[in-house]
This record gives sequence, structure tokens and C-alpha cells, in this order.
Amino acid sequence: MKVIELKKSVTDSNDRDAALLRRELDEKGMLLINLMSAAGSGKTTFLSRTITDLKDLRIAVIEADIESVVDAERIAKLGARSIQAHTDGMCHMDAGMTREAVESIGTDETDVLFLENIGNLICPAEYDTGAQRNVMILSVPEGDDKPLKYPLMFENSNVLIITKTDTMSYFDFDMDKCIERVRRLNPFIEIFPVSAKTGEGMDEWEKWLIREVQETKNRRKR
Amino acid sequence: MHEMGIVLHIAKTLNETAEEEKITKIGSVTLQVGEVSGIITDLFVDCWNYFKVRNEILKDSELKLETLPAVTFCGDCEKTYPTVKYGRECPYCGSYETWLLTGNECIIKEIEAETL
Repeated sequence: MKVIELKKSVTDSNDRDAALLRRELDEKGMLLINLMSAAGSGKTTFLSRTITDLKDLRIAVIEADIESVVDAERIAKLGARSIQAHTDGMCHMDAGMTREAVESIGTDETDVLFLENIGNLICPAEYDTGAQRNVMILSVPEGDDKPLKYPLMFENSNVLIITKTDTMSYFDFDMDKCIERVRRLNPFIEIFPVSAKTGEGMDEWEKWLIREVQETKNRRKR
Repeated sequence: MHEMGIVLHIAKTLNETAEEEKITKIGSVTLQVGEVSGIITDLFVDCWNYFKVRNEILKDSELKLETLPAVTFCGDCEKTYPTVKYGRECPYCGSYETWLLTGNECIIKEIEAETL
């Protein structure tokens, strides 16, 4: 037997696949957003509201949640295209699975594609999917201490959406303290507190989204 | 399950290496796992043993795990300290401007293999 030195990170091959997918998406001018959160944080309600508000954007959704037939139906009712991705029982989407899903939904008729990742705050943070932007959701009932418990998720996200702000009065959620904790982990993160139910705060997030879609299209032109 | 996913990623890399290096059999795999990588070693070994017997090249391989210590650097006083004991707050100056230097890695260090 001979010893072969590898010194390869476990995520090495995935990182390469992800970088390649990201470059191809940029060339096509389509924005892929990796949407991550814990189960029950209101991802689908938040997406539904976004789709309803932004009728002019061609939005499609990849559902990677195990119980997602229900979610896919909710999205389809709004007129957005959605497909189910198969993770083979794994707790995260990797770049290979994401590529398969992107290819089957197609990039020509889509401005922005949301990847609804598996509902947990640990594993999806560790695997680059190839998305140009990572967006995470934290809901008010989950608590303002989550940045302390799951730092990597907050460090790797470009945007934090704090949902269910209409329930603030029922929970001991300290918005200022939460934002301070998040900024300590990631000074560059954009934070949008919203209520998808009442619509409060959605316009700021939607402005950000429209700007990102436009910038992705501009990258293609160059 | 997180550990199973990692096993599958390692297997993919090793099978690619096997093709490049014309490996017929892998005798051992040495992994370096950081203290704060979040990998639960007991569970990881179970996943490895479950998987390896189903993979031609890996089926007789032994898994060797080496732990890499977690070390954090303080941007304010520029000292380093052990992450697991003190967390994010620098024990020397109390600053939170600290970064993890090492400790969250999972690296395939080397393998022992038979080649054609």
C-alpha cells in the first residue's frame, strides 16, 4: 500500500460545482436565491406575499422541503412555477442537486428563482448551493437569541428577513438586541423586519429584490 | 442527517481520486476534523461503516480521525485563545471582534491505497 496525500476539504468538490453554477447563472442573467430558515418560520407565506406583490417579476420556486407538496400547491395557486427537488433524505441541498433542479425548471422564462432549502439552521449553511445570494429567515417566535446559537447561518447570509413582526407583542423578542447580535457576526448583512400577513416592511425587501434582479441582468450584458 | 451527507461527499472525492490514481483498494482514510466543525464523531463513524461496505473501493478501509484544535484570533489585542473554552469573547481584553482561525475544517488528509 502506498500513502497518497490529499489535503482536500470535504466540501472541495461541492465548492467547485457551486462556483461553476454561479458563473453560468450570471452569464444567463438569472438570479438564484438560496432561501434558508428553520421549519415553520413562514418561508412559504413570505414567498407567497412576494409573488403576489411583484406580478411583473417572473418568479419560480424550487421546493426542497420533505413535506412540500402542500407548499408547492400554495405556490402554484399564485401562478408561479415550482418544482420539487430531491435531496435523497439529506439535510441540505448541495450544488449538484441545485443544478439538476435549475436545469429542469429552465432559466429562459425566469427572472428570479428561489431555492426553498431544507428547514433547519445548521446544515444548509455549510453547503454552497451555487446561488448568487443567500437569504435567511428568522421568525419572531423563534427568539432573538438564535444568532448566538447558529452563527454560521448568519455569517453566510447576505440578507436576514425577520418575519411575523405582527406577533411581537406576544413574545419577548428584542429587535434591537437581535440586530446587534447579527451585526456582530456579519456587519454587511441587510436586515428587513417584515410581516407577510399585514404586509408591513415588505416594500423594503421587494425593492432590494428588484434591484438585485436588475443587477444580475446587467452582469449578463457586460 | 448531516454526517451521512459528509460521508457521501468524501466518498465522491475518493472515488474520483481512485480513478485518477488507478487505485484498486483503499486501506485507510485519515480525516482531520476541527473541534467546532459540528461533526459528531460517533455518529460519523456509524455512517461511515454503514456506507463503506456498499462501496467497492472503500469496503475494507479503516477510518482514522485526527482532531484539529479550535483557535480564535482577537482583532483588538491580537492574541489567540482556545475557542471551545472561551467562545466569542476574548479572555484577555473582553472584545467581541474575534475570528475563528482554525477548528471548523473537515479535511481528507491522506489515504493508504493499492494501485494497479
